[in-house]
Amino acid sequence: MPEINLLEAIRQGLDELLAQDARVFVFGEDVGKLGGVFRVTEGLFAKYGPLRIIDAPLAESVIVGACVGAAMNGTRPIAEIQFADFIAPAFNQLVQEAARIHYRSNGDWRVPMVVRAPYGGGIHGALYHSQSIEATYAHVPGLKVVAPATPYDAKGLLKSAVEDDNPVLFLEHKKTYRLIKGHVPDHDYRVPIGPADIKRPGEDISVYAYGLMLHYCLEAAQLLAAEGVSVEVVDLRTLRPLDVETIVESARRTGKALVVHEDNLTGGLGGEIAALIAEHAFEALDAPVMRLGGPDVPAMPFAKPLEDAFMPTPAKIAAAMRKLARY
Amino acid sequence: MAVMSEALVPGAADASAELPTATLREMFRFMLLARVLDERMWLLNRAGKAPFVISCQGHEAAQVGAAFALARDKDFTLPYYRGLATVLVMGMTPTEVMLSLFARASDPNSGGRQMPAHYSSRRLRIITQSSPVGTQIVHAAGVGLAEKIKGGDAVVWTSFGEGTTSQGDFHEGINLAAVHKLPVIFQCENNEYAISVPQQQQMAIASVAERAPAYGIPGVSVDGTDLLAVYEVTRRAVERARRGDGPTLLEARVVRLTAHSSDDNDRAYRSQRELTSMRRSDPVARFAAFLHEHAILSESEAQALRAELAAEVEAATVAAEAAPLPEPESLFDHVYA
Repeated sequence: MPEINLLEAIRQGLDELLAQDARVFVFGEDVGKLGGVFRVTEGLFAKYGPLRIIDAPLAESVIVGACVGAAMNGTRPIAEIQFADFIAPAFNQLVQEAARIHYRSNGDWRVPMVVRAPYGGGIHGALYHSQSIEATYAHVPGLKVVAPATPYDAKGLLKSAVEDDNPVLFLEHKKTYRLIKGHVPDHDYRVPIGPADIKRPGEDISVYAYGLMLHYCLEAAQLLAAEGVSVEVVDLRTLRPLDVETIVESARRTGKALVVHEDNLTGGLGGEIAALIAEHAFEALDAPVMRLGGPDVPAMPFAKPLEDAFMPTPAKIAAAMRKLARY
Repeated sequence: MAVMSEALVPGAADASAELPTATLREMFRFMLLARVLDERMWLLNRAGKAPFVISCQGHEAAQVGAAFALARDKDFTLPYYRGLATVLVMGMTPTEVMLSLFARASDPNSGGRQMPAHYSSRRLRIITQSSPVGTQIVHAAGVGLAEKIKGGDAVVWTSFGEGTTSQGDFHEGINLAAVHKLPVIFQCENNEYAISVPQQQQMAIASVAERAPAYGIPGVSVDGTDLLAVYEVTRRAVERARRGDGPTLLEARVVRLTAHSSDDNDRAYRSQRELTSMRRSDPVARFAAFLHEHAILSESEAQALRAELAAEVEAATVAAEAAPLPEPESLFDHVYA
């Protein structure tokens, strides 16, 4: 089983999907000859040609909206939004159209499409190349939102997303693209949309995260282990629908819960997870549910001290874990 | 002044010469059915039985003429909320329209979920519409893109008002279709009003068709109250699309014979003179006169047809009103496929 990075895992997934199913095509800015600005689609244009790997005009509403139409005409489009920060012009198409079409047609039409979007910061991307957009879209019934953190999960979830009959927002933390490596099996496999995954079992506190923060939480958990605190790290993987059972079960078992995300604290996924734990595991709790999120500023600044001040880090997460463990 | 490409100069004469009288009569039947159905919906609204009506009156020739140029067993339509005549030609029944008006569970458009006139039927390849205008234009380009990828030969037809041409999706959709020579026909039904805002406050050009050359595609402006002229320009646009030569932007100049919707009062922004004079442009009366003039349909035949359609609409109304409403528990159905 070879070890590859997260970006390569997504590319492998795309390649296999394109090879297996003639209905699948990729549509986005610079995805053709260039292979995307991050090179996720590198080599695919040469292999599948201009009718399967299509360079889109520089216009996000039609990137998503044309995929909505194409999905209703028997294809399985994979849209690429170059940076998640640029998805706003497609908000109407994604939220009001893609997410509502099955419902508003009383089940008559389906929109089987995937929107891939690199998100997240810590890469000197400043305000408009660093954003975390997940909470906004995880709010929307009719959409599914996934945010894999490992190469194995990324490839397996991508296949599930493309094979799903619903619109799926597939979020790829851009700092994990080349940073995170892992084993990916040679055989064809799927990771289902929905289930969370306990990446590190523990007994004293439960920590919930996804994307880059999952890895920072695992690092922090390692530090805490040396201090005698056993931390369970739950990788949410799917942000809508949330795996309520795994979330609640872990909190009931440890009695202490911390949610970590890079997205702004207010209105972030942490609030929803805290509410779920409060509703379903209140009597098992030994401490208030804690949240560690990105600060409530409009977006991540460029200058290094400001970016560092924005980003949750393993050290900041470890501090939050200690505080919770001592409560 | 409208821009017309060499290949797309409208000529009603060519079309009427080709069309059998049975087809001309069928076209008239659909126009009149749309009118009778539309009028009945307003009566139901004023009687307190239908909360909302939005009208097709004045657009019938533009829609029937266009739809008859399509392959009804193969092509896709994405009609906007004035597309009643369009969907009738594509195969929707008056009963199905009335089920939507009354928000009944068996409404094929949305099962009573959407406001009336948000047309949809997968069986008829009528793609579901929303209320934010112009969203269907990028969908149409996408349906065409899929058709090209699949190597099929279906044509995609979408409609919208002239106000919608101010939306970004108008630009983005037409541009994509032009770049990839997609088999799409963009029909702007220009009735000169976006609710109350007149065309001159919507754009600084005289005709929407003038925008076509900027996309590198043919644009043609046609009298949308002249059914055969619309049929002919659409027929040519369909041929062009099916050949793989790409999209066409058509502007059908029509009249809006009603207020914007049952909640609007157009006397607040249209003069009495205009409200009276626009009646002279009624496309249904115009085509009836044409058929009469050419001895294709006599006045008594037209009257008999109107009575027959009124009975059909009455039966549709009764059937739809008697149909059950959606069950409250069905609120949670079809959130995900």
